[in-house]
Amino acid sequence: MAEIIIWIIQILILPALSPLCVGIIRKIKARFQNRQGASIFQPYNDLWKLFHKDEVISRDASWIFRFAPFAIFGATLAVSASIPIFASFLSNNFTGDILTIIYILAIGTFFLALAGLDVGGAFGGFGSSREMTVSSLAEGGLLFSLLVLSFVSGTTNLFSISGTIDSLSLASLLPVVLAFLGFFIALLAETARFPFDNPSTHLELTMIHEAMIIEYSGKRLALIEWASASKLLIFITLGSSLFFPWGIAQSLSLSAIIFGILVFLAKALIFCLAIAVIESGIAKLRLFRLPDLLLFSFILSIIAIGLTI
Amino acid sequence: MFETMLSQSTFFAIMALFVLGAITALFFRKDDKLANLASSFFAILGSLLGIAYSIAAINSDAAIFYEIKSSFPLLSFNFNIDHLAAFFIFIISLISLFCSIYGIGYIKHYYGKYSIGGLGFFYNLFILGMLCVVTASNILFFLMVWEIMSLASYFLVIYERDKQENVKAGFLYFVMTHIGTAFIILALLLMYKFTGSFDFFAIKESAGSIPPLVKDIIFILALIGFGTKAGVIPFHIWLPSAHPAAPSHVSALMSGVMIKTGIYMMIRIFFDIFTDIPIWWGGVVLIIGAVSALLGVLYALTEHDLKKLLAYHSIENIGIILFGIGSALSFSSMGMNSFAILGLVAALFHTLNHATFKSLLFLSAGSVISKTHTGNIEEYGGLIKYMPQTAFFFLVGSMAISALPPFNGFFSEWLTFQALFEGIRSMGAAYRWIFIFSAGSLILTSGLALACFVKAFGITFLARPRSEHAKQAKESLFSLKFGMAALSAVCLLLGLFSGFLSGIFNNIVRGIRLFNGYEPAFSVSQSHIININSGFSSLSAPAIFVVLSLAGIAALAITRLLAKDQKVKIGATWDCGTDLGPRMEITATGFSRTIIMIFKGILKPSKQAEIEYRDANMRYFPKSRTLVLEISDVYRKYFYKPLYNFVLKISGQVKKIQSGNVNAYVLYIFTALILLLFFAV
Repeated sequence: MAEIIIWIIQILILPALSPLCVGIIRKIKARFQNRQGASIFQPYNDLWKLFHKDEVISRDASWIFRFAPFAIFGATLAVSASIPIFASFLSNNFTGDILTIIYILAIGTFFLALAGLDVGGAFGGFGSSREMTVSSLAEGGLLFSLLVLSFVSGTTNLFSISGTIDSLSLASLLPVVLAFLGFFIALLAETARFPFDNPSTHLELTMIHEAMIIEYSGKRLALIEWASASKLLIFITLGSSLFFPWGIAQSLSLSAIIFGILVFLAKALIFCLAIAVIESGIAKLRLFRLPDLLLFSFILSIIAIGLTI
Repeated sequence: MFETMLSQSTFFAIMALFVLGAITALFFRKDDKLANLASSFFAILGSLLGIAYSIAAINSDAAIFYEIKSSFPLLSFNFNIDHLAAFFIFIISLISLFCSIYGIGYIKHYYGKYSIGGLGFFYNLFILGMLCVVTASNILFFLMVWEIMSLASYFLVIYERDKQENVKAGFLYFVMTHIGTAFIILALLLMYKFTGSFDFFAIKESAGSIPPLVKDIIFILALIGFGTKAGVIPFHIWLPSAHPAAPSHVSALMSGVMIKTGIYMMIRIFFDIFTDIPIWWGGVVLIIGAVSALLGVLYALTEHDLKKLLAYHSIENIGIILFGIGSALSFSSMGMNSFAILGLVAALFHTLNHATFKSLLFLSAGSVISKTHTGNIEEYGGLIKYMPQTAFFFLVGSMAISALPPFNGFFSEWLTFQALFEGIRSMGAAYRWIFIFSAGSLILTSGLALACFVKAFGITFLARPRSEHAKQAKESLFSLKFGMAALSAVCLLLGLFSGFLSGIFNNIVRGIRLFNGYEPAFSVSQSHIININSGFSSLSAPAIFVVLSLAGIAALAITRLLAKDQKVKIGATWDCGTDLGPRMEITATGFSRTIIMIFKGILKPSKQAEIEYRDANMRYFPKSRTLVLEISDVYRKYFYKPLYNFVLKISGQVKKIQSGNVNAYVLYIFTALILLLFFAV
C-alpha cells in the first residue's frame, strides 16, 4: 500500500512541478535583468488560461498536427514515471533503462518536428530542420555521459544507478565530473536552452523550439508548453538523481522519503539557478557553432568512459 | 503436425510452387491480367507454405538434409535446413508473401507497357533463387543458385527498360554483383582446396585443416564478396541505383531480403564453418559496420529520391547488423561465447526487423510513386490528405526504422547496443576503443536516421502539395493497402513479442556450431523482461507499450478534463501578410542542408551559382539565376575512379601484345603450352 502511494507521488511529481521550475528560472532571469518578473506560479496560470481558450488550426494541417501534442506530452509522462526522482528503492526493470528513456523522449522530438512541418509555413519547417540537427547530435553526448555512470555502477538501470553511485570511490570522481559536464551540455541542447535556443523569443533567426510550435494555440499549445517544461524537469531530475544522488531515499521509511523529496527540491532549485545564470550570462551561439559544442559534450563523455574502464 | 510439415515433399512443393508461378507467368504472357494473377497466386501459395515449413523447421530439434544426386561429378543438389537456414526461409517467405499480395494491385499500372509475364517469371525465379541460396549445401549448387538469384534480380532491375537510368543502374549492378561473385568463388574454392570437398558439411567437419593464413584470406574474400551483395560500404555503389530502379515490390524484396543473403553467408562461414576466430576479424567487421552505418545515413540525408533514400538506409541497417556480427566475432575469439550469442541474436533480430520495416517503407514508397509518377520528394507534399492510409503505413515504417518504441526496430537496436556495451566493459585496451567507436557511431546513426525520416515523411506527406501530380494523387488499391497494413502490424507485433523472439533467436544461434552448449548472456523472464548479463540492463516490451498507451490516454484525459467545450476554428497558416505558396515550404534540400554543412568534411557538398544578365555590359538586371547544389561521391572519386583508370592502363599495356600478326599468336599459344606442360610435370 505504502509503495503504491509512493509510486503515485513518483508519477505525479514531475508533471506537477515542471511549470514551477520554468517559473523559477524566469523569475531568476528577471532579477538578473533588474526586473521584478512575474510570480513563479505564472506558468500555471498560463497553462490554465491556454486550456480554456478556443484554438485555431491551420487548414493545411493534417491529423499529425492534431495528434502530435498528445504524443509529445504522453512521451514526457511516460519518461517522468520511469526515472528515479526521490527514491531509488523503487525498482523498475520494465522501462527504467537509459536507452529506453532516450528513445521514448525521441518519440516526442519526432512528432514535434513533424508537427512543425505539417502546417507548411516557413517557420515550422526551419524549426524542425534545426531541431533535428541539434537533437541528432545531442543524443551521442547524452547517451555516453549516462553510460559513464552505468560503467561505474555496473548497470544501465536508472534506479540501480542512483542507488549505487552514492558509494563511489574517489578514483571515479574525475570521469563522473567530466560526464556531468557532457550531460549538462546535452541538457541545454535537448531542453532548448541557451546557448542552443532562446526559449523566450519569436525571432525567426534565433528560434528552434518556438518556431515549430508557432501555429499551435489553445489546449494543444498548453500541452506542448507543459511537455517542454516537463522535459526540462526530467533532465534536471536525471542530472540530480544520477550524478548527485545524495539524500535520495534508499529505503521505505517516511522520514527518508520526506527527506528525499526535500533534497530533490533543493537540487532542482540549484539546477534552475545554474540554468538561469547561464542564460543571463552568455549569448546564444550561431547555429553552425552548435555542433562544436555538442561534439565537445560527446568527446568529454568518451574521455570519461576511457577513464572509467 | 510439425512432422508432416517437415517432410521432403513439403519442401519441394514450395520450390515447385515458385517454379509453377514462373512457368505459368510465361505461359499467360499474352494476357497481362492472367499472367499477373497466376504468378502472384503461386508466389503467395509458395510463401504461405514456406512460412509454415520454416516455423516447423525452427521448432524441430534436428537439422534436415535432402540430397539429390546429379549426373555431374562434384555437383549434387544438397539442401541443408538447420535452424539458421529455416530462419532465413521464414524471412524470405514472410516478405515475399506481403510483396506478392501487394504486387497483384501494383503490377496493374504496368499493363500494356511492359511484359507482365516476364515480370512474373523473374519474380518467382528470384524468390526461388533466394530460397535455394539459404538452403544449398554444395558449393557448386550454391554458386548456381546464387547466380540465378543475381541474374533474376538483374532482369527485374532493368524491367522498366525504357528509362535510360534503369538500364545503367542494371549494368552497374550486373558488374558489381559479378565482381562480388568472383571473390565468393575464390573464397569457396580455397575452402575446397584445403578440405577436399564441395559439400558444406564435409568442409565444416575438416575446417580445422585450413591453415590460419588461408583462413584469413578466405575471411577477407568472403567479406568482400558477400559484403558486395549486402551493400557494405565501399562496395555499395550499385545498391542506391539498382534498388530504386526495380518495381517497388521487387525493391522491397531486394532491400529487405536479398541483401540479407550476404549476411546469412557471412554468419554461415564465419561462425558455423570456422572455429578459432582470430580477434582482428571482429574488429574489421565492427569498423566496416560503423562506417557503413554512419555514411549510409549521411548519404540518405542528402538524397531526394524517395526510393534512393530508402536504399541508403539499407546500407545503414546492414551496418547495424554488422555491429552484432562483429561483436559476436570479437567475443567468440576471446572465448566469451555467451556474449557472442547476444551479439548474434541482436544481428538476427535486426535482420528480421529490417526486412519488415524496409519492405513496408518500399511498398508505401511504391504506392506514392505509382500515383504521383515521380520519385522526387521535392515534388510531393501534402499527400497525407490524398493518400491517408499509405501515409499512416509509411509513418509506422518510419517510426520502426528510427528505432522508436514500441516498434520492432527499437528492440533489436537495443540488443545491439547491449552487445557493444558488453564489449566496452570486457574487452582489452585496443578493442575496447573499437567498441566505443562503434557505439558512438550507432547512437549518431540513430539520431541522424530520425532526422532523415522526419524529412522523408514530412516533406512527402505533410504541408501543401508542391506539384500538380501530388494534387491528383489518390489512395491506392486494396491489395496494396493490405500488404502494407499487414507489414505494419508485423512491425508492431515483432516489437511487442521481442522477449519471446529473443528466446527463439537464442535457440537458432545455439544451433550454430560455435555456440553449441553455451548459455547466452541474457535471459527472458516470464513477464517478458529481457535481462542482459544478470541485471546490467533490462526492459520489457509489453510494459513499454502499456506505459506509452497509458501516458497517451492520460494526456487525452487531462485535456478532456481541463478543456471541456472549447471551439476549434479552421484558419490559414500564418503567412506574414503574403499568400503562402508551395514554394515557401521547406524543401528536402533545405531540411537536410544544415546537417550536410556540419558533415561537409565527409560529404563534400559543392555549390555553383550562375547568373545570366539581361545586358552583359550593364550587370544590374539578372535574367536568370541557377544554383546547383551537389554532393560529390567520394567513393567514385577516390576509390573506383583510380581503380578504373588503373585497369584501363593495364589493359592498354596488355593490348600491346595483340599485334594482329598471326605468327606472333602462334608463338603465344606455343609458349603457353610449354609453360603448362612444365607446370603439370
